[in-house]
Amino acid sequence: MKVTNIPFMAMRKIVAVFSLALILISLGSLATKGLQFGLDFTGGTLIEVEYKEAPQLDDVRTLLGENGYDDVVVQNFGSPTDVVVRMANSYTATLGDEVLVTLQNHGATDVTLQRSEFVGAQVGEELREQGGLGMLLALAIVMIYVAVRFQFKFSVASVAALVHDVIITLGFFSIFEVEFDLTVLAALLAVVGYSLNDTIVVCDRIRENFRIMRDTTPYDLVNESINQTLGRTLITSLTTLFVLVVLFVAGGEAIHNFSMALLVGIVIGTYSSIFVAANLLLAMKVTREDLIPTPKEELEDDLP
Amino acid sequence: MLNKYPLWKYLLILLVLALGLLYAFPNLYPDDPALQLSTQKATAVVDEQALQKAKNALSKANIDLKEAELTSAGGTLRFNSGEDQLAAKPVVAAALGDDYVTALNLVPTTPEWLSSLGAGPAKLGLDLRGGVHFLLEVDTPAALKQKLEVSSSEMKAALRSDRVRYRSVDIEDGVLSIRFLQQADLALAEALLEKDFSEYRYATHEEDGDFFLDVSFTEAAKKEIESYALQQNLTTLRNRVNELGVAEPLVQRQGSNRIVVELPGVQDTAAAKRIIGATANLEFHLEAGLDDKGADIETLSFRDGSGRTARLERDLIITGDSVSDASSSFDENGRPQVNINLDAKGGKQMSKVTRSAVGRNMAVVFIEHKSRSRFVEKDGKMEEVRRSYSEKGIISLATIQTTLGNSFRITGLDSPRESSELALLLRAGALAAPIYFVEERTIGPSLGAENIKLGVSSAQIGLLVVMLFMLVYYKVFGIFANVSLALNIILLMACMSLLSATLTLPGIAGIVLTMGMAVDANVLIFSRIKEELASGVPSQQAIHSGFNRAFTTIFDANITTLLVAVILFAVGTGPVKGFAVTLSLGILTSMFTAIVVTRAQVNLVYGGRKNKKLYI
Repeated sequence: MKVTNIPFMAMRKIVAVFSLALILISLGSLATKGLQFGLDFTGGTLIEVEYKEAPQLDDVRTLLGENGYDDVVVQNFGSPTDVVVRMANSYTATLGDEVLVTLQNHGATDVTLQRSEFVGAQVGEELREQGGLGMLLALAIVMIYVAVRFQFKFSVASVAALVHDVIITLGFFSIFEVEFDLTVLAALLAVVGYSLNDTIVVCDRIRENFRIMRDTTPYDLVNESINQTLGRTLITSLTTLFVLVVLFVAGGEAIHNFSMALLVGIVIGTYSSIFVAANLLLAMKVTREDLIPTPKEELEDDLP
Repeated sequence: MLNKYPLWKYLLILLVLALGLLYAFPNLYPDDPALQLSTQKATAVVDEQALQKAKNALSKANIDLKEAELTSAGGTLRFNSGEDQLAAKPVVAAALGDDYVTALNLVPTTPEWLSSLGAGPAKLGLDLRGGVHFLLEVDTPAALKQKLEVSSSEMKAALRSDRVRYRSVDIEDGVLSIRFLQQADLALAEALLEKDFSEYRYATHEEDGDFFLDVSFTEAAKKEIESYALQQNLTTLRNRVNELGVAEPLVQRQGSNRIVVELPGVQDTAAAKRIIGATANLEFHLEAGLDDKGADIETLSFRDGSGRTARLERDLIITGDSVSDASSSFDENGRPQVNINLDAKGGKQMSKVTRSAVGRNMAVVFIEHKSRSRFVEKDGKMEEVRRSYSEKGIISLATIQTTLGNSFRITGLDSPRESSELALLLRAGALAAPIYFVEERTIGPSLGAENIKLGVSSAQIGLLVVMLFMLVYYKVFGIFANVSLALNIILLMACMSLLSATLTLPGIAGIVLTMGMAVDANVLIFSRIKEELASGVPSQQAIHSGFNRAFTTIFDANITTLLVAVILFAVGTGPVKGFAVTLSLGILTSMFTAIVVTRAQVNLVYGGRKNKKLYI
């Protein structure tokens, strides 16, 4: 790939509007629809069973209803023979076993337990708090590291880019009502790590160019830096996307949402490291002096 | 200029490569499904004879045995398939009898010379091998309440023996209040109790002309009781899990009042839950005389549902905690019974009480601490409220014929299952405080096997795709990057094995993700080299500055990702932790392979010759 010369920063206004629109849509959806929290965060009971022959889901619902389990959700999971039963209100820890026995006693064909999960309401709430806290902690530590290694403006820009990625990925999960569980949270943190990786590479090049290109304006310099790193950004994103598509297609139902979160997050992360972080740097009027401290002699000259 | 590594660097890389291969190697050997034989009894040992018995039973049942061997921990029977293993368990258990514990297990097939070097396969998480994960919460308020109740009867006895007159004793909200009619009695009582019961805090108040002494725990005493309850419960749960016969179980404290129990390979979760969560205990009481009455008597009904009741003295002779050994069997009439041996202290106490009570009746009371959980609306939110209560029932009431020693039997149980579970619980010890299941996850073995299959195949496809892309895009340098990538995966597996880290499904996803990201460092270096070449720098110089200038970028980018991975490890649980482990190990190994190993290859191929054309 040749080093390109695309005027990325000329598009900065349009891109800013685009990003803001995405963020507003995401926040709007998060505020009105919220997230489709999985069992990990809400608490409740879930069992996954495998039938020898695919059952009619309505029959399963009726059967459970007749046996006094009213508040249940019955869905297929991955294949027509796999059925997941979710119960929101978990009054006892033995509910899962009872439902399994009911299904086994009345089912027309063999029913085998694949997995069963029970999460107490309290634990769910704690996991939710812990997850949010972890996310904030990650962002704070990243902010400090970048401020120390680079400079404060860079740290604001890269953390803003991360927040941008996280909000839009969350918005995606909210709009398309994809279940948000612990593995998705892990994926989201991985997106933070990945997108940061990309942003750092771009920032690094900007820092380097400030040192060697003395006569260029910050505007041109940032543009040049993005073009120089564009090849690398795209190739790495491509190889990562390849393996994620493989995970999404062939990794099985259990990590389906996990790989989806990574796919969405990494596409957004690639976009944000090209446009968002650099855009913010310019908006904050980054200059050569931010990175290269003014030599001491000059200061002394000013003294009377 | 020339790009050359000194010889020792090449040797170092070869050494790391060799070690990586050595420690990653055991992962290629699949685990054997096996039965683990062990014994909890001093009287039984797992020996050749026991193994022979098991072998005979298996050949009779037409189940193929792969291998049988004696180990330091007992015996291992290996099978060719999971179905054989499952079919064999009841057969072997029946053949060996109650003295032996038979547990399902996966046994590594690592060759001896490898395991003698400390090499072994990575541990598989529950989501890959099947099993149950429980999170239990210890009800520490209940432990405090129990302790307060015990102290209350001791305090009453102390007051009585010193002839201090009190009106009544009540326990409410963790405060024990003793009511007196005379202020002088209160002062006497306070002085007396303060001396003998120093773990309490004392306060007084006056109400409606009566005088109250309020007794509550000091903060230090509270902490001690809570941590003792947790410690005791941990020990009891470990004993119970061992009795259940589970290979490689995990019983671990989590936070201030939680315990994690992981039982790989366990299928019958209902039974496991019944035994782990059981709070059953025994109490031995004397029947009250006809003229005894008042607060020291309680009326309990029989557990057989006949509606009969009996009046018992509240004072205990002993509890199940004094039992040193218990086993279940049948009496002359074929009814289930439990044979009990008491420890020295319990035996002494039992004979002391029964000596003076020959001819009276003694009751064995079965006591179970239970809890009911309700959801109540509070400030618009549903909140879970737990109320604990005890269920007591008499299992037998029999006349004491003679002074009882430290060995006797009890009858009156419903079923053989009840008697054998009671025996198990008495052996393993009672829980110091009730526990609740706050989280439970069960993974069936077929789902585990499927998860492994899917994980491994997506890793293979992912690797292939990335390698092809690198080859097409970077030609010869692509080969260097691919060799480094392959080595990275070997090193990653070796590290997992060495640290005996647990591999989970998200962990495998982490490895796959690492593959995509591991080439990043090489991509950074190679695009730098290309840039240098494009600006007319001679090839040797381009290689040199390509590697050098890319280094800070790689370092910064990877350290920040590593920081995030470490946070993920700290806040995550179970499978998520597995993801964090592979991700952070992957970052570290990929930095080594992508920088050092790729450089070594480049130096070896291009370094020695001046300005050769680079295929990049």
